[in-house]
Amino acid sequence: MDFLVFQYPMITVQACLDGILLGVLFALIAYGMALQWGVMNIINIAQGDLVILGGYIAYFMYLYGIHPAWGVIVAPVIMYFVGIAIYKLVINKVVDRDLFISILATFGISILFMQLMNFAFGADVVLANSGYGTTMLFDSNVVLPNSKIFSAFISILFAVCLVIYMKKSKLGRAIRATAQNARAAKILGVDTEKVYAATFGINAALCGVAGALISITFTIHPYMGLPYTIRSFMIVIVAGLGNLPGVAMSGMGLGVFEEFADYILGTEFRIGSVFLLLVLILVYRRFKLSRKREYLK
Amino acid sequence: MRLNKIILSFVSALVILFSTSVASFAKVVGDKIILGAAISLTGKYSSNGVHTQNGYNMAVDRINSMGGVKVGGKTYKFDIIYYDDESNPKRAAQLAERLISQDGVEFMLGPYSSGLTKAIAPVTEKYGVPMVEANGASRSLFTKGYKYLFAVLAPANLYLDVAIETAVELNGGKPVRIAQAFEQDAFSQDVRLGILDAAERTGSKIIIDDKLPKELNDMAATLVKVKQMKPDVLVVSGHTKGALTAIRQIAEMKVDVPMLAMTHCDAAKLSKQHGKNSQYALCASQWHKSLTYKDDFFKDGMTYAADFEKEFGYDPPYQSAESSAALLVFKDAFERANSFDQKKVRDALAATNMQTFYGNIKFAPGGQNVDKPMVLFQVMCDASGSCENKVVAPLKWASAKLIHPIPKWSER
Repeated sequence: MDFLVFQYPMITVQACLDGILLGVLFALIAYGMALQWGVMNIINIAQGDLVILGGYIAYFMYLYGIHPAWGVIVAPVIMYFVGIAIYKLVINKVVDRDLFISILATFGISILFMQLMNFAFGADVVLANSGYGTTMLFDSNVVLPNSKIFSAFISILFAVCLVIYMKKSKLGRAIRATAQNARAAKILGVDTEKVYAATFGINAALCGVAGALISITFTIHPYMGLPYTIRSFMIVIVAGLGNLPGVAMSGMGLGVFEEFADYILGTEFRIGSVFLLLVLILVYRRFKLSRKREYLK
Repeated sequence: MRLNKIILSFVSALVILFSTSVASFAKVVGDKIILGAAISLTGKYSSNGVHTQNGYNMAVDRINSMGGVKVGGKTYKFDIIYYDDESNPKRAAQLAERLISQDGVEFMLGPYSSGLTKAIAPVTEKYGVPMVEANGASRSLFTKGYKYLFAVLAPANLYLDVAIETAVELNGGKPVRIAQAFEQDAFSQDVRLGILDAAERTGSKIIIDDKLPKELNDMAATLVKVKQMKPDVLVVSGHTKGALTAIRQIAEMKVDVPMLAMTHCDAAKLSKQHGKNSQYALCASQWHKSLTYKDDFFKDGMTYAADFEKEFGYDPPYQSAESSAALLVFKDAFERANSFDQKKVRDALAATNMQTFYGNIKFAPGGQNVDKPMVLFQVMCDASGSCENKVVAPLKWASAKLIHPIPKWSER
C-alpha cells in the first residue's frame, strides 16, 4: 500500500492536482487571516467559524432554489457587515492589547458562533449541490470535479481583485500604511479606526466566499470550523505576514503535502502530518530567530 | 451586613427545601415511576438527541394512556426527568450522578451515542441503577462486564457484516476484495472490527483500509485508490458526514464499484440531500418501518411510523423507534419483577424475551440484544427522481430485490 503512488503513476498526477485545487481555497482563507494579523496584530481563532457561516448562507440560498454559486457574491456582502459588527462589538476593545487577549476574545467569538449556528441551523451535516459535472483527464484516470475547479478559479479571482484593490484604492493604501506603522499613519491623517473595521470586514467577506465554495465542494457543519482556522494559521506561519505570493504558494504546497501524506503514510496521518509540519516549521523559525538575536547582541 | 446574612440564610433554606422536595418527588412516588435521562438537546448530537427524546416521550404517552404499568396490583404511570448533556461525555456523567444521588432516580434511560453511554454506564453501575439504553451500540460497552446495562439494539460490529456476507453470496460463495474507510471513533472502529471478522470468516481480502479523521470532509484520496484497485465492495462508516461526503465524491469522481455499503444513511437524509446520486447505496439500519414485528402498544412498524409522523411531523428514524422500544422493555420488566427493587428489576431485565414493533429483544450476558438482526436497505429511485429506502436483506424481511452490481456511471 505504501508504494501505491509508484504502482499507479496517475495517482501522483491526481494527488498534485487535488492538492493544488484544495490549497488555493485554503490560501484564500489564509490571506484574510494574514491581512488582519498584519494590520491589527490579531490572530482570529474564529476564522473557521466565519467560513462555516458563509457556507450556511450559500446553503440557505440553495434550499430556496437559488443556485449556490451565487453565494459567492451574496455571502461576502453579508459577511462583510457581520465582520464590521464583530469589530464594533468586540475587536475594537482588544485591538491595541496584548496578542493573548485577542486570541482569548476571538476564541470566545468562535465558541459563541459554533453554538449559535448549532442552535439556529441544527446539528445536521449539510451541503449544497452545484450540479457541476466532472472533468476526466488522461483516459479518465485522473478525475477532477468541476466544483473544485470552479472554487479554485473563484478563489484566485478574488485574491487577484483584492491585490489590485490594495495597490490602487485609497482604502487599500490606507490599510497598507496602517500595517506598516499605525502611529505614523494616524499622524498623517489616516483614520485607523475605520481601517481596522474595514480590514476585519474584508477578512470576513473572504471567509464568506470560501465558505460558499466549501458548501459546494465539501460539507458544512456548525463544529467544523477549527480545522480551517488551523490550516490558515499554518499557511500564514509558513509564508509570513504581508506576503501574498508566499501565502498562495504555501497554501498549494500544504494541499499537495496533505494529499501525498495521505497516500504514503495513510489517511489516518493526514491531519497529523500537517501538525507535525507546523511544529517543525516553528522550531526551524525559532532556531533562525535565535541566531539573529545572538548577532544583535 | 445583617441584611446580607438574612438573605443568605433565606436563600440556603430555599435551596435545601427545593432539593429535598425534588428528591422526595422522584423515584416511585404515588402512582408515578420516575425515570431519568441525560439527552443531547444541544451540541453536536442535538438532532439525534431530539429523535431519542421524541421516541421516549411517544412511548411514555402510549403506555400511560393504555393502562400504564401494573406492579403489585396497583397501576403506575411513567414519567421522565430529562437533563441536557450538551453532547459532552463529562457533563453526561455529572448529570447521571445528579439524577441518581440528588433527584433519587432509581431507573435510567440511555443517552444518545456510544460515547455518552460509555460515560454514563460506570455511574449507573456504581449505584446499581438499571439502565435500558437504545443508542449506544459500541461493542466495548458489552465487554466490560456491566451488570445493569441493557441495550435494545444490535452491537456495532454487526452493522455491516451482512453486506459482506451478501457480497460473497452474490459472488458465488467466492471471497471478495474489500475496500473500507472508517472514521476514527469508537462506533465506526467497531463496525470495522465486524468487517474484519466477516472477511476472515469468508476468506475475503481487505485491499484498502483507510482511517478517516474526525473532521473528515474529503475522502478523495480513498476514492482514487478505489478507482485504481477496483475492489468488489466499498464499505464506509463515518456518521452522517461520512455518508454525505462519500456519496458526493463518488458521484463527482464517477467511481464505479459493484457494491457500496454505509451506515447513517437515513440520519444523513441521503436521498433528500443527494437525490439520484445516492441510488443503489446499501445502508445498515437497526430498524425499518416495513418490518413486520408486532406488539400491543404500537401494533407494527407502519402504524408506529404513521403515529409518530402525526405527533412530531416527520418520518421516524430508527433512533426514535429503538428509544420507544426501551420503555416497552422497562414496562415488561417491572411487571414481571412485580416490584421496584432494583435487583429484582435488573434480574427481570436480564430475563427479557419479548417482541416489540422494533424487533425481538433478548439480552446476552453482556447486555446487548442478540435477538434482532440488522437490516440492510438500498436507496432506490424511480424515473422522476424520487427515492425511497427499500429493505433488501436479510431475505426474510426484504421488500425489494437487491440491485447488484451497481450500474456503471457511464451507463446511468
